[in-house]
Parts: sequence; C-alpha cells; structure tokens
Amino acid sequence: MLIRKHDPILSSEITPPSIYQRRREWLKALGLGAVALAVGCESRSAQEASAGVREEPVGGKALTIGERGKYVLDEPLTRYKDVTHYNNYYEFGVDKAQPAQTAGGFHAHPWQVEIAGHAEVTGRFALEDLLKPHPLEERVYRMRCVEGWSMVIPWLGVGLGDVLKRFKPTSNAKYVAFTTISRPSEMPGLAQPILDWPYREGLRIDEAMHPLSLLAVGLYGHELPNQNGAPLRLVVPWKYGYKGIKSIVKIEFVEDEPKTTWNLAASDEYGFYSNVNPAVDHPRWSQRTERRIAGDGFNLFGNRIPTLPFNGYADLVAGLYAGMDLHRNF
Amino acid sequence: MKAGLSSRLFFRDRIAVSKPFAFALCLLPLALLVWDTLREQLGTDPVAQLEHRTGDWALRLFLATLAITPLRRLSGSAWLVRYRRMLGLFAFFYACVHLTTYLVIDLGGYWSQLLTEIAKRPYMTVGFSAWLLLVPLALTSTRRMMHRLGRRWQQLHRLVYVSALLAVLHFLWLVKADHREPLIYLGILALLMLARSDAFRSMRARALRPEKALAQSR
Repeated sequence: MLIRKHDPILSSEITPPSIYQRRREWLKALGLGAVALAVGCESRSAQEASAGVREEPVGGKALTIGERGKYVLDEPLTRYKDVTHYNNYYEFGVDKAQPAQTAGGFHAHPWQVEIAGHAEVTGRFALEDLLKPHPLEERVYRMRCVEGWSMVIPWLGVGLGDVLKRFKPTSNAKYVAFTTISRPSEMPGLAQPILDWPYREGLRIDEAMHPLSLLAVGLYGHELPNQNGAPLRLVVPWKYGYKGIKSIVKIEFVEDEPKTTWNLAASDEYGFYSNVNPAVDHPRWSQRTERRIAGDGFNLFGNRIPTLPFNGYADLVAGLYAGMDLHRNF
Repeated sequence: MKAGLSSRLFFRDRIAVSKPFAFALCLLPLALLVWDTLREQLGTDPVAQLEHRTGDWALRLFLATLAITPLRRLSGSAWLVRYRRMLGLFAFFYACVHLTTYLVIDLGGYWSQLLTEIAKRPYMTVGFSAWLLLVPLALTSTRRMMHRLGRRWQQLHRLVYVSALLAVLHFLWLVKADHREPLIYLGILALLMLARSDAFRSMRARALRPEKALAQSR
C-alpha cells in the first residue's frame, strides 16, 4: 500500500485572499442581490474593499514585522478607519467616536511597565526592553464586543506568555492582573466616575501563557493609535473585547483571582472569564449572533452572523476550561 | 372686541402657516438620516446609528407631545394643542421606523430570534410594549374616532403615560454603564408628569391668584 507523505503546503498553493473574498461576495450577492437592487446601492466587491483597506492612510510609525501568517482568517478585514474610530475606551469618553477625538494629547512615549508580584524578576521596565527579545508578529484575530458587534483586526505584537516567562513567575502565580494607566490630565473620561478607575483586568496564568494571548503594540503594520490602547495592550481573541485591557502600566502575578473593572461594575453581567459564548446570554441581551463590521463598511444589510463558541477559537482554547461549568463561570 | 377677533384670526393664520412648517421640521431628522445613509456617513456601525437616531427622535417627539398640555396651561396659549396630534403621530412614526430598522436591518435573517428576544430581554419587552400601546392611540387619533369614543377617548389616551414610561425604561435598560442620557429623559418625563398633577396645578393656582384661590376654597 502506498502511503503518500504530506508535502508541506507551499504558500503559493493557499487560496489567495482575492479569491476567497470573491467567493464570499458571490454568496452574499445570491442572498442579498435583490435587496441591494431594491435600495439602489450596489455594494463594492469585498476584494476591492480589502485592497482599499491596505491602501488607506494608516497613522503612526510603521513597524518592522518579524513574522506573519501564523494566525490568519478567511474573513474580510475591518477597515483601518473603522478599527480606529469606533472604540470603547471610556477613559477618553463613553461614546465610541470620542476616543479618536480626545486621545490625541495622550503621551504614549516614553512608557514604563511595572512587573510585580510572585515572580523572580520584578521591577519597572522600559517598553523597549520589555519587547526587545521578541520579533513582532502580525496576527489577524476576530474581536467580539460584549455589546454584540465584531471586527477582524490585523494586530502586531508579541506572545504574552513569551514575555511573562522572562520574569520567571513562581508557583504562587495563579493569575495575572493588569492595570491601565490613570492620567486624568490627558484622559478626560476619568473625570466621570462611570467605572471604578483605574481600569483593571486579569487572566488565569494558563490563559495568559496560551499562545493566542497577545501583547499588541500595533495594528495594520503601524504603531497602535492612542485610542486603540497605545503603546501596549492585551488581545485575548476568545474573550469579549473588554478583557483586552489598554495602555498597560502594571502586570502583577497574583495568587487569588484579581478584581476586574467590569465585574466590579456589574458582577451578574460580566464574569471574570468572559469567554465568548453564544450559549450564555448577557442578562439583558442575546449573545447568539453578532453584527460583523468588516469589508467595505457600507454593510447595512446581511452583516449579522452566528457567534461561535470561544469566538471561533474553541479548538485551540476549549481545553483550558475542561470540566468547568461555563454557565456558572461566565 | 374687534381686537379679540382679529387676534383670533391672526392665530388661525399663524397655525395655518406654521403647521406645514412644523410638519416639515418633524420630517427633517428622517431626511438627514436618509441623506447620511445614502452618503455612507453613518460611521462604523451604521445599523446601530440608525437605531439610536430613530429611537432618540421617537423619544424626543414623544416628550414634546406630552409637554404640550403643561405648556398650554403655563402660558395660557390654547393654540398649542393644535400641534399635539401631529407631534404624537410623528413620535409614533419614528417609533415605527425604529422598530422596522431593528426587524429588517439589524435582525435581518434571524427572525426566529425575535420572539425569544422580546420575551426574554426586559429592555426589548418594555420597548416593544411601548410601541404596541401607541398603536391603538394612533388608530384613534382621528377627529371621527374622538367623537365616536367620547369620554372613553380620553381614558384610552391616558395609555400614553404608560407608553412614555416604558419607552424611557427601554433606553435606560439597554445602556451599559453611562446612564446620564436616559436619566435626562426620565427627569424630563417626571417633570412633565408633575406639571400635570392636580396637586401642582392647585399649588400654582394659589401662587398666581391668591385671592381667587381663597375665594374658591371658601
């Protein structure tokens, strides 16, 4: 019997984005052609839009990408303009358009991060030193907001676990706690006691060490704009967006489950884990589906899609929660 | 006497002129919405934007409708009541656009979700009820229905207060953390209700016309 050895797939054999995006466009056209005709708006092809995405003016310093292609998606990207002008960053205002308007005066450089708690190496570190040993990776992730909308974003960053390991956490380090900077002079939203400032988030240590967890410093090949959490933010793609804490100034290895901001605000609505889960509704709204903000942006029709368990990353992360009741540990 | 007649004529003319103007004004938010939609100026999440803007205008016109009677009493301008039905129907109109946007554009294709949404989500239950209560009021808003129902018309139309309260609750319940805006609407509604209450009316009457109020109480 002949057993054929699998050749490594050449990158040239992988379906190029222009083709798979056209396929999506065909599916879309079949379902929505009539509606599009009826309202007299012919949507541009996703291929064209996606090409436009790359050509769009992108702000900030260009970064050198060390590695790309490890995490990609067969889904159209969200436009740079949409990623950077629709932000939940309450320190810069509660309206999603506000951060882009008010974050301009924020000084993201120079930046230091304090590493504290149960680790052999602790102290204050310049951002550059924190990142230096690691090549920057581009990873395209889904981002699902707890409010029911989602994006597809090409982040740039380094594996969180790779960075954390350098500080040699001890066996007492069961969780990792993160804190956002609190700088009232540059963050007008802090004047309102809407949340318990400073913003805090946390992960279990195995979640933090999971290869998907990303410390992001950029998007679309450039430095993070202030409104997206410059200069350093967390991206945990299988959890709701608010777990992705922005402008991190402190990372602490702790023994007990850390307090997190949204959980403090409403513990029955926002759990510690906050894994994307279509089977567990927010007490006030359904999480079964989401509105995808992607492609050419003029997606008035047909942008509602089913929400996937763990935001589509179940095969990679479900094992972290084996034996846990996800309805109780939401 | 003559002056009174001419001023009455003047007011009639003014209403004749200003009513179409008010009508156009009420349509302006819709026109801007259509304009922004066609020019793709609704921002990153156009569906949410359409829902928010139509909801906001439904609520604003609703409160404007409820403000007519207290304003008429305060100012003594009886002609104000001539705008009440139009404002109320426009509030209902924007509520219909709001609901349609949710059903057709937002929920598009996932209609099986609708019933569970309305039944399970308090903010949906309350919002849908607010709209449902307005339907009979809109249907009986014609002059003919007013005559046919007689006294029961007023009883029926008291539902408007329940609907307004539900509409504000709908807004309050869907907000994630910043309750300031819906609380402003709630505050205005509370104020309007207070201005209608008998206690407030008699208090005001006494304050404005002490001798008359005294005479009445004797």
